[in-house]
Amino acid sequence: MTTAAIDTSETKEYFINMGPQHPSTHGVLRLLLTLEGEIIKNVEPHIGYVHRAIEKMCEKSSFQQIIHLTDRLDYLSCHMNNEAVCLAVEQGLEMEVPERVKVIRTIIDELNRISSHTLWWGVMGMDMGAITSFLYGFREHEMITEIFEETCGARLTMSYNVPGGLMFDIPPHFQKMVKDFLVHFKKKLPEYDTLLSNNIIFTERTKGIGYLSKENAIAFGVTGPSARASGFACDVRKLKPYSAYHKVNFKEIIFTEGDCFARYKARIDEMWESVSIIEQLIDNIPEGDYFVKTKAVIKLPVGEYYQSVESARGEFGVYIVSDNKKNPYRVKFRSPGFANLSALNKIAQGCKIADLVAIMSTLDLVIPDIDR
Amino acid sequence: MNEVTEYFSDIFKGVRSLLKGMSVTGYYFLHPKEIITQQYPENRDVLKVPERFRGELVMPHTADNQHRCTGCSACQLACPNGSIIIVSDRIETPEGKKKKIIDKHVYNLAMCTFCNLCVRACPTDAIVMSNDFEHATYDRGDLIKILNQPGSKVLEGIEE
Repeated sequence: MTTAAIDTSETKEYFINMGPQHPSTHGVLRLLLTLEGEIIKNVEPHIGYVHRAIEKMCEKSSFQQIIHLTDRLDYLSCHMNNEAVCLAVEQGLEMEVPERVKVIRTIIDELNRISSHTLWWGVMGMDMGAITSFLYGFREHEMITEIFEETCGARLTMSYNVPGGLMFDIPPHFQKMVKDFLVHFKKKLPEYDTLLSNNIIFTERTKGIGYLSKENAIAFGVTGPSARASGFACDVRKLKPYSAYHKVNFKEIIFTEGDCFARYKARIDEMWESVSIIEQLIDNIPEGDYFVKTKAVIKLPVGEYYQSVESARGEFGVYIVSDNKKNPYRVKFRSPGFANLSALNKIAQGCKIADLVAIMSTLDLVIPDIDR
Repeated sequence: MNEVTEYFSDIFKGVRSLLKGMSVTGYYFLHPKEIITQQYPENRDVLKVPERFRGELVMPHTADNQHRCTGCSACQLACPNGSIIIVSDRIETPEGKKKKIIDKHVYNLAMCTFCNLCVRACPTDAIVMSNDFEHATYDRGDLIKILNQPGSKVLEGIEE
């Protein structure tokens, strides 16, 4: 009797669809994985499930109306997106906004960055199997959301910027609210380290996993904390200071490890830097107007305008082509999520399928930002 | 020998890191006052919604059913989603002139993104954002609202 020998010397590649409905893709992203056993050979992202043609919609909108559309790109760093459009329009109008506007914009930017990173931290923990961190991350996120709610009336999609300044002045107790939050946050941030950064299960799953070299980070156009963890200094706040960033001292967080844990640490350290930026500005908000009156119908002179800002995920750019009409001729958004996603294949090749969740978490993908 | 001690120290460090994490969650277990969860539908009476919260577009009316809307359509033009439609009417004034007045200010809540551009565009401050955020209904038609109350008139002197 001869048994049909199972040939184990040769394994075959097979395919798995991860998503579009998968909890750790944080939205509707579909990854077509080519696997050999448990080892990832290829990752092919399929996007377009939440494509809303926002760039095309911008061509039909006035310059004031574009702003509320940018809220819906990367909803976690909506204020930076709004600011990028406003700065581009102000650049076209050759308008100088008051110092007060610049400082308030910078403070809200940094609060937005902290809120984005706290939410990311919570979700990252949940992807790694710790629901606790999800709830703790939302605690601080919620406190910032309340400050935004008091300031501009919206919690997530703020639309606080308008070309020429801000929609409202800050409320009288704004400084107190922010200071109270910072006192609370500085006490709670070490808790994040105790819960997750030093947790043995978490560090084992992230240290040395998902290596992205500096060369690849540059080649794929990866920006933000994900690239700075690979040693690529790309902070727009340092390289091309906008708003009030030239006035503050802060450190650009750079790690050289390039693994998941470095990307994680870069974000945690960035929160400390954001706290220090807010502390430098909160007592020195200059008096003045919060808004420069613009015409009801804004027309930009014929030309091209580009403005990039550092959003929570990387460089967010707005490119406006104007033909002196009330609507832009063409608008292009350079979203950080799209460029960061492109590097996923390079990072994930050779990793285990379980590591892919960690890699995606640390790239901090927001799908509406990728699809637009 | 070295490997053995390393092995056991790794186990010790690992367990210690887990216990440290547990001490954080344990702290909150023993200090329920630091928990910030809100019991939403139950706390409706004490719920504090900020003054600027953008919940719904409304048109305030005075006690004798007068509003400030002249029907100029500035809000309709400012709206990015087409959620406001101004239906205007023509009347003859006592002096014999024909005049455009507002008939209906139709606001489609389902299409609104609460961007506040209409409120900013309004030259007479006729519309404001209210704090009401509980919009759930059983019928989609309920979300299309007519903001000016039936029989309401424009407040005297607004149009000048």
